[in-house]
Amino acid sequence: MIERSIAPAFKQVEHIELIKAEQYSLDNGVNLFVINAGTQDLVRVELLFNNVNWNLSRPLQAYSVNSMLVEGTSKYTALEIAERVDYYGAFLQTDFNFDNSAVTLYTLTKHLRSTLAVVKDVVTDSVFPEEELETFKRNQKQKLSVNLEKNDYISRRVFNQALFGNTIYGYSAGFEDYDKLQRDDLVSYFNLAYRPNNCTIVVSGKVDDGTISIINEFFGRDWDKGVDLNANLFSFTVKDGTEHYVERPEALQSAIRIGKISVTRNHPDFPALQVLNTVLGGYFGSRLMANIREDKGYTYGIGSALISLQNAGYFFIASEVGAQVCSSAVAEIEKEINLLRTELIQPDELALVKNYMLGSFLGGLENAFSHADKFKNIYFSGLDYDYYTRYIQTVKSVTAEQLMELANFYLDFNSCEKVIVGKK
Amino acid sequence: MVLYNRSVLSNGLKVLVHEDFTTPMAVVNVLYDVGARDEDPEKTGFAHLFEHLMFGGSINIPSYDEPLQRVGGENNAFTSNDITNYYITLPAANLETAFWLESDRMLSLAFSEKSLEVQRNVVCEEFKQRYLNQPYGDVWLKLRPLAYKTHPYQWATIGKELSHIENATIEDVKAFFAKHYNPANAILVVGGAVKTAEVLEMAEKWFGSIPTGEKYLRSLPAEAEQTEERREIIKADVPLNAIYKTFHMPARLDSGYYEADLLSDILSRGNSSRLYVSLVKEQKLFSELNAYVTGSHDPGLFVIEGKLTEGVEPELAEAAIWTELELIKNELVPQEELTKVKNKIESTMVFAEMSLLDKAMNLAFFELLGNASELNTETQKYAVLTAEDIRRRANKIFRRENSSTLLYLAN
Repeated sequence: MIERSIAPAFKQVEHIELIKAEQYSLDNGVNLFVINAGTQDLVRVELLFNNVNWNLSRPLQAYSVNSMLVEGTSKYTALEIAERVDYYGAFLQTDFNFDNSAVTLYTLTKHLRSTLAVVKDVVTDSVFPEEELETFKRNQKQKLSVNLEKNDYISRRVFNQALFGNTIYGYSAGFEDYDKLQRDDLVSYFNLAYRPNNCTIVVSGKVDDGTISIINEFFGRDWDKGVDLNANLFSFTVKDGTEHYVERPEALQSAIRIGKISVTRNHPDFPALQVLNTVLGGYFGSRLMANIREDKGYTYGIGSALISLQNAGYFFIASEVGAQVCSSAVAEIEKEINLLRTELIQPDELALVKNYMLGSFLGGLENAFSHADKFKNIYFSGLDYDYYTRYIQTVKSVTAEQLMELANFYLDFNSCEKVIVGKK
Repeated sequence: MVLYNRSVLSNGLKVLVHEDFTTPMAVVNVLYDVGARDEDPEKTGFAHLFEHLMFGGSINIPSYDEPLQRVGGENNAFTSNDITNYYITLPAANLETAFWLESDRMLSLAFSEKSLEVQRNVVCEEFKQRYLNQPYGDVWLKLRPLAYKTHPYQWATIGKELSHIENATIEDVKAFFAKHYNPANAILVVGGAVKTAEVLEMAEKWFGSIPTGEKYLRSLPAEAEQTEERREIIKADVPLNAIYKTFHMPARLDSGYYEADLLSDILSRGNSSRLYVSLVKEQKLFSELNAYVTGSHDPGLFVIEGKLTEGVEPELAEAAIWTELELIKNELVPQEELTKVKNKIESTMVFAEMSLLDKAMNLAFFELLGNASELNTETQKYAVLTAEDIRRRANKIFRRENSSTLLYLAN
């Protein structure tokens, strides 16, 4: 008979090997980073452009340019662009976040040349046709009107605005911002930002010399360097912790978002703070989940996260809870934060979280694409691979005393912005 | 190509092993052959509620999640109308922990009243979060009973109504476990940095002694052929009018499934697809419009859904959808367009091989359908289809008397 009540022996993750990006310089000086791994004959090519020249009077400029890159060039219509990509079974995406605008191609290697030609076209020759812009504005406004019916979406807008004000991180775009979008503004932003001097290329998958030389052919030549740009530079201060209540009388659930400005990845406390965040709300067995979902049944899910942007880090807790238990849920959140500040995390729980984080880190290195994502995290924070060595070391060695100290310094419920959308 | 070894334990548990030493991780996927279609019509949402209870402790192990997290593992699960699937990702060196946990909850649950009470609440909050507190969130609660009159696909996995979940008792939980959760109704797939011999040894050690249980024999009422067009109108506090249209289509194992799937790609996959180009971009009748298939084991649905541009009459928008459907019924799809959607199928299959978890889930899914090796011949099943096959299938599916239409209108 086997003994089913005793857990099998296990090992903590010891060996973590990252596939490091190799750096190349294209003929025109564009930085190319290559993650070569995997057995499938495919690649992902990412062209990343920094968001620049933030201008409050044109808040949707960078986003709209990115979204509309595939809507027409001087040689091809939106349909022709889509057909050329789809025909080869490839996927062409535009991705926009607070710091970067990206164009990403996924393709089988055998179709790289045919599909890269399309990418070259859209990043160097987009024309933003007037008619497409009108369609874009209309569809975006329709999407916004649906999103504004979602409590969770509103809570994110109010929270970002509270933390980051009228910067690209915080501005809540409205219908009127779409209405005033002008083609000329898009063209001028495109001409400014989509240039070699603002571009980083990351290629991952099964990458050989042939692939690299094809990329150089397309993006290392015949592409005007561009003029000097103004990086988006913002600084933020922790506010005094206001409550923002948006009442929605018909709500069955209330969206809660609570948090504050924190540190970025290049701050020495960041890795240890990740451990603290994991304990609080960073995994399924976290304290917030154990208490508010698994003990009280107030919600389907609750979590917390520490996010590092180029100009700021921030910490937040988010959930959607039954409208009638909203106040109780907020009280429990406060209680859990305060517990971290007043009581040491017990050795058993801390050991579990450490093992979980190491396993999760290892599991996050599944394929060439995930190794490339790890690289982007450090590269855009101005860090090198030593960061991960330090991260792993910190996860293994951080003590309960250090975490309590961090909790007292960084996690003060009173200074958190508290957003509630629904009923309380 | 996803290679694997297959074995069946004496209690009927099927074990598939996929070795992949490009990763230090392992995946353990357990598929139970039970879904929302197997529920009592008066106790719907139960398969999914039960999935939650599988994490509430088993006979010998009080907590499921904690010991797994302690060895660096993560897990989750999902329930569909057809299956319930549980999966673990963990460092391969700690594989045995997954066997210990999964085998104990297949052996027996703890059947804790507290767990049932809490998970009833959690699932009710999930019901609200996904279906009731979202614009258009309840559409499938309306659409399924419109499209299906006898088959249990007429309810969603979350259940028909909150009360079915609120009324679940521990006796229901025990009966459901006894009926569906045993080796004879399960498929175990282990993938990653694992050796087949070692996996089979562990499988025998941890699962081998679990009683076979009774093989659940499914006998569900078949959906009679629809003979009349169905329509329903809902008015709600939503910002935009929307149209949802379903057509009955072949079951997953029927060759007609592949034809229908390609039809949905031609109509709606990517920015060069017909519905997007014609109705969103050119005629500007919709701000978004999609076509897809449910891919269910029993005969499924071909779905077309879209949000109308403000000011466009629903009749006009609907007529425009029909014009596109008539076109594909009457004219052969050009060769280049057919090649395009087939190429997309091919590349999607190759990209899916990048994910260990996807590979393990796919093996389990195809094993349940009858033969895991069919995973590796999927691309060919699409490749052989001709423009004539597509046209014939379009004529079978896109008939008014085979359609159910839901107009979801803004107040």
